[in-house]
Amino acid sequence: MSRLAACFEKLRASGAKALIPYVTAGDPEPSVTVPLMHAMVDAGANIIELGVPFSDPMAEGPVIQRAMERALEYDVSLDDVLEMVRSFRKTDAETPVVLMGYLNPVEVRGYENFARDAQAVGVDAVLLVDMPPEEADDLLSALYAHELDMIFLVAPTTDEARIKAITESGRGFIYYVSLKGVTGAGHLDIDGVKQQLVKIRAQTDLPVGVGFGIKDAESAASIAGVADAVVVGSALVRRVEENADSADDINRAVAGLLAEMRTAMDAG
Amino acid sequence: MPDERGHFGVYGGMFVAETLMGPLAELREAYEKYLQDPEFLAELDYELQQYVGRPSPLYFAERWSEQLGGARIYLKREDLNHTGAHKVNNTVGQALLAKRMGKTRIIAETGAGQHGVASATVAARLGLECVVYMGAEDIQRQAMNVFRMKLLGATVVPVESGSRTLKDALNEAMRDWVTNIDNTFYIIGTVAGPHPYPAMVRDFQTIIGREARSQIMEQEGRLPDALVACVGGGSNAIGLFYPFIEDQEVAIYGVEAAGDGLETGHHAAPLCAGQPGVLHGNRTYLMEDEHGQIIHTHSISAGLDYPGVGPEHAWLKDSGRASYVAIDDNEALQGFHDLTRIEGIIPALESSHALAYATKLAPTMSKDQIIIVNLSGRGDKDIHTVAEHEGIKL
Repeated sequence: MSRLAACFEKLRASGAKALIPYVTAGDPEPSVTVPLMHAMVDAGANIIELGVPFSDPMAEGPVIQRAMERALEYDVSLDDVLEMVRSFRKTDAETPVVLMGYLNPVEVRGYENFARDAQAVGVDAVLLVDMPPEEADDLLSALYAHELDMIFLVAPTTDEARIKAITESGRGFIYYVSLKGVTGAGHLDIDGVKQQLVKIRAQTDLPVGVGFGIKDAESAASIAGVADAVVVGSALVRRVEENADSADDINRAVAGLLAEMRTAMDAG
Repeated sequence: MPDERGHFGVYGGMFVAETLMGPLAELREAYEKYLQDPEFLAELDYELQQYVGRPSPLYFAERWSEQLGGARIYLKREDLNHTGAHKVNNTVGQALLAKRMGKTRIIAETGAGQHGVASATVAARLGLECVVYMGAEDIQRQAMNVFRMKLLGATVVPVESGSRTLKDALNEAMRDWVTNIDNTFYIIGTVAGPHPYPAMVRDFQTIIGREARSQIMEQEGRLPDALVACVGGGSNAIGLFYPFIEDQEVAIYGVEAAGDGLETGHHAAPLCAGQPGVLHGNRTYLMEDEHGQIIHTHSISAGLDYPGVGPEHAWLKDSGRASYVAIDDNEALQGFHDLTRIEGIIPALESSHALAYATKLAPTMSKDQIIIVNLSGRGDKDIHTVAEHEGIKL
């Protein structure tokens, strides 16, 4: 069984929901990332989403855009991100790692090369924001041949026919984007999320995670009430930014928020 | 071309975040419907004639042709359109579509400001709210166009992310669109972006080639031997080329910006010196590094200063139907001065790249051969750039 499937099965058995933090690899500088990944697991994260820096992150709000710019100041590439995962895996064989980013770095590397290398370092899944299922046949064959899951997004604008196609193509979990907008936007609508989750669950048994607009313990708990996983990104990246001068402060601030979310999610 | 998912061979497609897939499908349906709708087409035709000033002349540049001593050069005078460039052909079309779709707000990205001005102009004409995204760097370089947009009632939003130029303005416009899709229509200014934009913008721009074709038949009684147009994103070029693509005897040349020279790496010539990749919703040739990051581009002409190119051009290159060449900043400036002094027409720096290539091509051809060059815009907007480059203070 894949690490992702095992993770969700274990959570389901204990009645808990997955907490999935996102950070951008190499933000604010490369040496911060691997210790931060461990600190997040210690604070209650179940799965880690690691952002691959890209020069033109079209779906990101200003917070994650700036994180990617900080990482790119150090020329953090897909090679470097894979090395970070390899290093993380030395002491954590269990926590699933999802690479999240944009297609072009993967496209340039070649799908087969990427899938082989990602599997070798211990990546579990890939989420590429600008790669819809319609264009993904070749990539999916490469990923699935190397036992990597492809996570697709479902949005508020996705109709039922597309939800069906997306849930048939995707593996690992389905990522529901809770709002019309970019990452870090602030208008979470729980009732709207609930309605769309019903439509998704009618089509698939895959776990459903919800992201965009979750910024504190309260919003994490309310999403945990309706979804299998809570994805939190910009709220954490903002803490990285605010504490950019000290790796210890970054770990403390990020772990602090995650621990609050964990507690609130488990209490619900 | 393209296929129903917007592919030109391996290029094109729809590489966008899921939230935009629904709105793009809605746009595609509306566009396909109204392009068959006689009432819509009649309205478009009326606006193009009475508001834009079409048809634009096909002008025989007799003195310039004689001096070059080869082919007879005709200029398709898109510089004479309202707002001074070909951009308005597309903004009129998309804005009429926006109105039909019930959208009340239009957004646009702009580099030099020409597409921003053309969008702000039609927004004023149709009473639509208009927001234009423009790189902070470009805002400084193009103060006059920024003021024109503001006079026309548009809000100009400076984009401070990334390289603070056109590509970042496009990213920011996409972010606005994804946030405000219910009431907003995104008018992309070139034949790039996700399907259906490359095909839709092409279709609105082919008026250039359709007119040129019938005008040259009228004036010369035959098809031209060569077409020449500058290529940034490539909308004026595809507009001229498309109606001639089946005519194998017509040679097609797209001219990219070689900036400081292709060998320096400081240029904006993805077809001549880039590789395929995926950016801004489509697969095409890009200026990128070995890790897939988009790199900085350079051209004296802000309108060509873009790291990608329309996917149909990528396909025309690979298929061999069109040839893509590059002209550097200095050659383009020479073309600018030549046309100004010899024909009394001040061309845009973008178009000057096409003119400079024609000065190389014409002498290799015989006097009974014909070249059509797309004079895509007028050069008033560029006189500060030219003066500065030549150390002249205005």
